[in-house]
Amino acid sequence: MRATTADREQSATYTYLICLAAWAIPGAGHLLLGRLQKGLTFLIALLLMFLFGLWLEGRLFPVAVTQPLVALAALADMGIGVAFFIARAAGAGAGRVTALTYEYGNAFLIVAGLMNLLVVLDAYDTAQGRK
Amino acid sequence: MRASHLGLMIVFALFVSVVFGTLMRDEPKEQLRFGAQLFAAFVGGGIALGWVLYFFPL
Repeated sequence: MRATTADREQSATYTYLICLAAWAIPGAGHLLLGRLQKGLTFLIALLLMFLFGLWLEGRLFPVAVTQPLVALAALADMGIGVAFFIARAAGAGAGRVTALTYEYGNAFLIVAGLMNLLVVLDAYDTAQGRK
Repeated sequence: MRASHLGLMIVFALFVSVVFGTLMRDEPKEQLRFGAQLFAAFVGGGIALGWVLYFFPL
């Protein structure tokens, strides 16, 4: 039986909601798709990495249009989802440039965000039935 | 806080290996195997590169 247009639209909406959840909370997309082991691993590993970055006094970069590299770093930081905005609201992630671990902290924060974006793509593929 | 370059590199490699191992393989046994290979490659590669740079003084 062929899928109707309404079925396809509903399926697309569901896929986008999965992606939104996967971005907002690391691993949530996989958890919603029933991949418990993967979802829990992403949730724990990515949030721990993000918190480790904050502990190392890394900076959560602001979106500065006049500084393209800073803006790109900000987009990468935001990849971790809601945790980014909670940390910013709590005053964390100010970054101390003179700290020995400042650059390490930035690397942890940026890579955690970028890896979560890869996790979102994986959740998209899984929701589409490609995996 | 005392933090060493090697220690932070190992922690970083551990996080990245866990995520990529889980992302790239479906079976837990394969995930563990691939993650361990990645971790060894990251740490081994980092130490090897460190020794190469040792011969190029600033």
